[in-house]
Amino acid sequence: MPHIPLPEHLPGITGLLEYSQDTAQPIRELTQFLLRGENTLSAGERELIATIVSHNNECKFCTSAHTAAADLLLGESKTCKIIKQDIDKAEISEKMKALLKIAKMVQKSGKSVTKEAIELAKNNGATDLEIHDTVLIAGLFCLYNRYVDGLASVTPADPGFYEYLGERIVNHGYNRLPQGYDHLKNK
Amino acid sequence: MAYITLPEEDLLPGIRGLMAFSPETSKPLNALAQVLLHDTDNTLSPGEREMIATFVSSENDCMFCKSVHGAATRCYLEDDGTIVNQVMYNFQEAAISDKMKALLSIAQSVQKGGKHVKTGQIEKAREEGATDKEIHDTVLIAAAFCMFNRYVDGLGTWAPDNPAAYLPRGIKIKEEGYANYDPMKTIVR
Repeated sequence: MPHIPLPEHLPGITGLLEYSQDTAQPIRELTQFLLRGENTLSAGERELIATIVSHNNECKFCTSAHTAAADLLLGESKTCKIIKQDIDKAEISEKMKALLKIAKMVQKSGKSVTKEAIELAKNNGATDLEIHDTVLIAGLFCLYNRYVDGLASVTPADPGFYEYLGERIVNHGYNRLPQGYDHLKNK
Repeated sequence: MAYITLPEEDLLPGIRGLMAFSPETSKPLNALAQVLLHDTDNTLSPGEREMIATFVSSENDCMFCKSVHGAATRCYLEDDGTIVNQVMYNFQEAAISDKMKALLSIAQSVQKGGKHVKTGQIEKAREEGATDKEIHDTVLIAAAFCMFNRYVDGLGTWAPDNPAAYLPRGIKIKEEGYANYDPMKTIVR
């Protein structure tokens, strides 16, 4: 049960964002820009960063949601599965491997990021902006994961829920749905 | 030197250089800080909310953030630094309300990880008079500073060593808030 009363038809982050819409607005705007805005990293690559940070924070809700979104965007589910175990074994670019390693360090703490990890990313072609965005996305998911679990929001057990949520994230992005979420009552 | 090339880095320590580098993300980041810490439509005072930000930044060992928000807390509370130091080093013994102690204990758990927050801590905060909204805001402020602190230190920005260097920013935060903050306009040549 959540630590505070949240809308029952909206598990996980959505109920929190509806509970506090004035704080949700800038969080949504930041997420939409970082994960869906114009960027030299693909939306799928950026979802991998969200996934690995959520996974390492052991946030089941966020990990499942962003895994579903990344799988849809990449058109396969192997990469998400592998990066959670061993980044080096995934069939992704060397640049992406280096950026995911930075994200994993950020998950631990800001000070955990090493010069060597940054050098590796740069040597594999990462730009300053890509490194910046990787660190900020990783930081943002340290916020989300703590928000979701710190208030004990509901984590649905049904895998079908995350398939639906992944599709919503891919098709609608991170802005609040224009019609709100009342249509999800009684679903 | 930061890990990436920042505009006017020598003049813009901490998050300021990052905000100058990426104005698009700086806008929602400042908007979030404004609602969470400065807006007055909240039963926790701005000083109490800045105290949570300071404490979490201190737990994350983020020199820049703890100093800036410590300076803001001092301004709001008209504190010479005594209370802020007590909060950072042993909040249970600090000269603050029992409600604030209960909320800081929740923030401390959030800093470690969301799952560290226990029902007993929430109950304790309620016993001391905390509302749902205050508990919500405490968790979100703590979570937000787990982002801000990582952003600032994860990109290797620099921070002034001298605590006095942060006091003018504390005054500005109290007077002007965060929403319209533009680091480039703070540069005095």
